[in-house]
Amino acid sequence: MAANWTIQGVREALTAKKISAGELSAEFYKRIEARNPELNAFLTLSPERARKQSDKIDALVAAGKPLPPLAGVPVAIKDVISTRGITTTCGSKILEKYVPPFDATAVERLDAAGAVILGKTNCDEFAMGSSNENSAYGAVKNPASLDRVPGGSSGGSAAAVAAGLAVVTLGTDTGGSIRQPGALCGVPAMMGSYGRVSRYGLIAFASSLDRIGPLATNVRDVATVLRVIAGRDPFDSTSTTAVVPDYLAELQEPVKGLRLGIPKEYFGEGMDAGVRQKIEAGLEIYRKLGCKLVDIRMPHTDYAIATYYIIATAEASSNLARYDGVRFGLRVDSDSLLSMYRKTRGAGFGPEVKRRIVLGTYVLSAGYYDAYYLKGQKVRALIARDFREAFEQVDAIVTPTSPVPAFPLGERSEDPLQMYLADIYTVTGSLAGVPGISVPCGRVGGKLPVGLQIFGAPFAEERVLQLAYAFEQAGGAES
Amino acid sequence: MSPVKITREDVLRVAELAYLDLSESELETYRRQIDEILEYIGKLNELDTSAVEPMAQVLADDQQADATMREDLVVPCGVAHDVLSQAPDPEPPYFRVPKVIER
Repeated sequence: MAANWTIQGVREALTAKKISAGELSAEFYKRIEARNPELNAFLTLSPERARKQSDKIDALVAAGKPLPPLAGVPVAIKDVISTRGITTTCGSKILEKYVPPFDATAVERLDAAGAVILGKTNCDEFAMGSSNENSAYGAVKNPASLDRVPGGSSGGSAAAVAAGLAVVTLGTDTGGSIRQPGALCGVPAMMGSYGRVSRYGLIAFASSLDRIGPLATNVRDVATVLRVIAGRDPFDSTSTTAVVPDYLAELQEPVKGLRLGIPKEYFGEGMDAGVRQKIEAGLEIYRKLGCKLVDIRMPHTDYAIATYYIIATAEASSNLARYDGVRFGLRVDSDSLLSMYRKTRGAGFGPEVKRRIVLGTYVLSAGYYDAYYLKGQKVRALIARDFREAFEQVDAIVTPTSPVPAFPLGERSEDPLQMYLADIYTVTGSLAGVPGISVPCGRVGGKLPVGLQIFGAPFAEERVLQLAYAFEQAGGAES
Repeated sequence: MSPVKITREDVLRVAELAYLDLSESELETYRRQIDEILEYIGKLNELDTSAVEPMAQVLADDQQADATMREDLVVPCGVAHDVLSQAPDPEPPYFRVPKVIER
């Protein structure tokens, strides 16, 4: 039995009747049972839903009917994405027993495409964090090195793919939360353009930034899943009507002659020497593939973290107002309504979430709105302009995903600002709304994975995927 | 964005606005950490943004799916049972909360 399943591999094995969908998901549950106690990548398993879906797929195979694009593929879903009938905690005590009555659109589309949902993956509470240490249910361990963080906030989704506990996972990215754990765990991980994938059913953190995207063992699978989940959804007014191209059709197009922007600002101090060496080796691969590397400037890069922590916390403070103990989640009883609100929120939210609610409320409050929130929105416009101007000169922008490889558990958890700086290369693209992918680019010391990040112009996902695929095929992961 | 030092009273005021109970030690920890974060955020003052339009969202006008109004269609929406099943204290068809109005 193949140890490393791909979407194509699953399809071929099912069609050739080498394995049934039911047997395949049983195999993955066995792996999860063996590895999850040490990794803590899964919070909830959904064997009943998995069985129903695999029965359906096996019936299709038995009847010789055509199989949908993800037939029988074992997948897992980050726990901030709603799944009908499966507990969805957001990594928070405040939603410990919450069971959504509906599927997020992205989940519904995976389901309709035949994917088998194995369960829900661990994450930082409400997706707020860069190490997965902010989960109320314990940190996830990095499969490459168990004493290190997997990155965050989609740490469980990245670790699950890296450890072979799912073929594909969904993560969410607000400031780097798909790409950075993808980099730290050594798997390809992508966010499409803002508006490319419906956010309906994604439990909101920062609505102008949040995106759903896939993590997988290879770029082709990332492209396949993105195509399934992308596209207009009447339930998300920010999902666009822009046509979803066939990403697979252009995947193998040669990249020769493409112009890649290398922004000086992403190679400054604070970058680990081992990471630098791997990224430079990665750039050399693109040179050999015939791409033209162009030095560019993105002068507002250094202001991105400050801007992000104004906008993201402001939106979070508003979005998280809904956890008030009335309609769902935890309630701490009290004799008055307001005191019930205060006690429920004080008891239900963890430290990072409270910190961000306080900061976000502060930057929006009377007397500070112009100085912080409005200022942040203006600098966001400048960061977006950096990208717009860059894409007038180049076809894509290539950078490191993270300045450092996976850091030891506990190293940054007491220092929020240091933790925020882990996202220094990813938040820019989040603020600008552009698509971005992280692809494996060697390992520091042969052990700790490094990610190479590719940004494309808005809705140029096919170009990003094409470059990522070419890099992977040229041996980028062994840089 | 002057280099204002955030005070314990500021944190209390904000926690009150956000209906968030904080312990004494949380108050002090957050005051110190948020002070440090705001000081870092202060670097945005290096940029002259007087001529820049604020950006509330990233989609261009022609990418906005809802540039036109959708039709006002009546669709079935019998979700009350499902929704109330997640409530901490349901009294169908209501959510029950502690007494709000004093007699």
